Amino acid sequence: MAPLSDSTNAAETPALASDTLRQGIVADLRSALGEQLVDVKLVPNTDLWVRVATDAWREAGRALRDDGFHYFCFLSAIDWMPSPYGRGEDDPTAPPPERKTEIVQGYTGGSTRFQVFARVTDLERHVGITIKADVPDADPLIVDSWVTNYAGANWHERECHEMFGIGFAGHPDLRNMYLPTDFEGHPLRKDFPLLARHVKPWPGIVDVEPLPGEGDDAPADAGEGASDD
Amino acid sequence: MGFVDKGRMPKPLTSLFNMGRSYSLWVYQWGLACCAIEMGAAFGSPRYDVMRLGVIPLPASPRQADLVVISGTVTDKMAPAIKRLYEQMPEPKYVISMGSCANCGGPYWDSYSVTKGVDQIIPVDVYVPGCPPRPEALLEGVVLLQQRIKNEDMGARWRGEGYKALVKDPIVVGGGPIE
Amino acid sequence: MTDLIDRQKLSYIAAQAADARLNVELETEGMTLNIGPQHPATHGTLRIIVRLDGEQVVWADPGAGYMHRGYEKLTEVRTFPQVTTLINRIDWLGSFANEVPFILAAEQLMDVEAPPRAQWIRTILFELSRIANVSLFLGDLGVQLGAITPVFMAFRDREYVLNLIEGATGGRFHPNFDRIGGVKDDLPKGWIDETHQVMKKLRNFCDEIENLLFGNKIFQDRTRGIGVIPPAVAQQYGMSGANLRASGVDWDLRRDQKIALAYDKVDFKVWTHPDGDSFARCWIRLQETREATKIVDQLLDGMPSGPVMAKVPRIIKVPEGEAWVSTENPLGEMGYYVVSQGDLGPFRVKIRTASFNNISIVPWILRGVYVPDVITILASLYFILGDIDK
Repeated sequence: MAPLSDSTNAAETPALASDTLRQGIVADLRSALGEQLVDVKLVPNTDLWVRVATDAWREAGRALRDDGFHYFCFLSAIDWMPSPYGRGEDDPTAPPPERKTEIVQGYTGGSTRFQVFARVTDLERHVGITIKADVPDADPLIVDSWVTNYAGANWHERECHEMFGIGFAGHPDLRNMYLPTDFEGHPLRKDFPLLARHVKPWPGIVDVEPLPGEGDDAPADAGEGASDD
Repeated sequence: MGFVDKGRMPKPLTSLFNMGRSYSLWVYQWGLACCAIEMGAAFGSPRYDVMRLGVIPLPASPRQADLVVISGTVTDKMAPAIKRLYEQMPEPKYVISMGSCANCGGPYWDSYSVTKGVDQIIPVDVYVPGCPPRPEALLEGVVLLQQRIKNEDMGARWRGEGYKALVKDPIVVGGGPIE
Repeated sequence: MTDLIDRQKLSYIAAQAADARLNVELETEGMTLNIGPQHPATHGTLRIIVRLDGEQVVWADPGAGYMHRGYEKLTEVRTFPQVTTLINRIDWLGSFANEVPFILAAEQLMDVEAPPRAQWIRTILFELSRIANVSLFLGDLGVQLGAITPVFMAFRDREYVLNLIEGATGGRFHPNFDRIGGVKDDLPKGWIDETHQVMKKLRNFCDEIENLLFGNKIFQDRTRGIGVIPPAVAQQYGMSGANLRASGVDWDLRRDQKIALAYDKVDFKVWTHPDGDSFARCWIRLQETREATKIVDQLLDGMPSGPVMAKVPRIIKVPEGEAWVSTENPLGEMGYYVVSQGDLGPFRVKIRTASFNNISIVPWILRGVYVPDVITILASLYFILGDIDK
């Protein structure tokens, strides 16, 4: 979705310092992974996102770790399918409304419903990088495990497995982290309903006001338009 | 003693025992989440000291406790442990449900892993609403419970009828009886 | 540091030998001990299953999830202001600190910057929540090692800080005070002077705790050399906050990243300790509490005037994008990865909590330690269950 962008668009001289840092990181990754570095989004002075091919997921983690990114921040997944239940505010007695079903990925694009993503930080150069990869649409979903790269990935992959149903090849102990062993379903998938919201209509629905026109710049009065009763 | 079994307690003895019981509650704090901190402030801090009401915290085990304060979110994974600990308490026992998570699920009413209220598992005597309730609210709950205990019919409780009355008419701090 | 690592290596080898003895010599089964989920020494409902040979741990396995409330799923069905209400309760001791990274991420997506006064107020409340959080840690530290008095002093002095937070925000805990674009209200009159007084009291409290606990020989014997974490291992597991700095890694997100809070306007020292044992972790938190009181004093003196809220639309719709913001919370590094698709609420929020990573090291670190040291190590790692279990 986001094209390859780099800092030459923003011609601000003071910003070039950390841009060269992030550009250098992208160059290192490209020399390590070659074509398997699929997409890059660099927001100058703010952050860096890259996407790699699924086969290079473990290799990319190793390359980052060898490049100086020793600090493991987190690893998780995103389900890009729009929720068929919306915000859980439907009236169960009324027929379900029409909703869009097109899967649109975020930064650095992608082509599958699920993506794994991880963040690692380099404490010497004070920079972090978010790295993503597609999870192939198969049944069961499988990607490689990062346990050999970062020991801390163990627990994160367990949580990701129980929440999304993504298997991690090479993980020593893939059991449930949070949920009881007999829990059925994968909660963070978008087609997992929150049943309490389906049993009775959302009581706050009577309090929702019609949206004012866009560009309304009265000071925010949070807590009023959406009832948290 | 024979009196209590046959359910004929003379009034002065009942009021004496009830007063004794209400002013010597041993509280088992089941502190789960944020409400546990307010419960700790109520029980452990010198400002909202609960010992002046005769309620002593920190029993060594549930088998020595009279009162349990369930404070915090009850999850489905934790529910069997709560049930077991409640069953380990000897009679007569009382339950205060503290905080909106323990009352009814609270802000996590729509979560997939939260039990919507601890009264689905164990009978509750006093509900203390709030998120988290101030320590003074918890103390008010304790005081209301003590008033309830002082007016209790020990004979009925021994026969097991006391429970039915309690569940139908729970006390809510800050409001009248529900329904 | 090397002799501490040697000591740990020796105890690891002893544990391996113990494991071998179990199976060969006496053919006795090791005992499996269940610590928790309800235990006065764990900060909540953490269950640790340890397998013992006598008094020594052979392996340990934490079982989390007894406080799992499903935050990441709940944020998908709530609007942005409602999410702010909910995420206060993740790290429930220093609650204001949980709101800040999420609000900053939403502001980054909306391209809105809070006015300077709001940023300063946010920073002051952030540091106050750090003081409230860590002062309870110092009290609980005593309880877990067997000293009962510090916890009463901690609760007493914490009340002052909670009074301040209540005076500014209206709630002792879970203030829900941060808004996208600023803070909800300005500070009340007289708050600044009172905060200066309270900071003095808190410094006295730190001195008392230092005399009572840290100078005590029993405390030193029980914590020095116990649970050593080398810096490379700490980074691999993603440990953060005081745990990382206690292993000698000089990394503090307040100083080392550009963020829309007022930390670049004040001077403060980042404390590190070379040892990496339990004593180092506890000691650093004590020093950080003192440092936090000094930061608050500096911030109060230099507070700019102005509005406390930027112009944002009444119904907040955050444009499409992804943002990651993390801050140096009392427990460590807490961050939110917010994915928005232009709706009233977020599309996906990944909550990165500090205690989750801090506790993931427990199976590694508990090999070969004695049972009382298990409690010491857990106490020094300092976690909050809501932070582990989200």
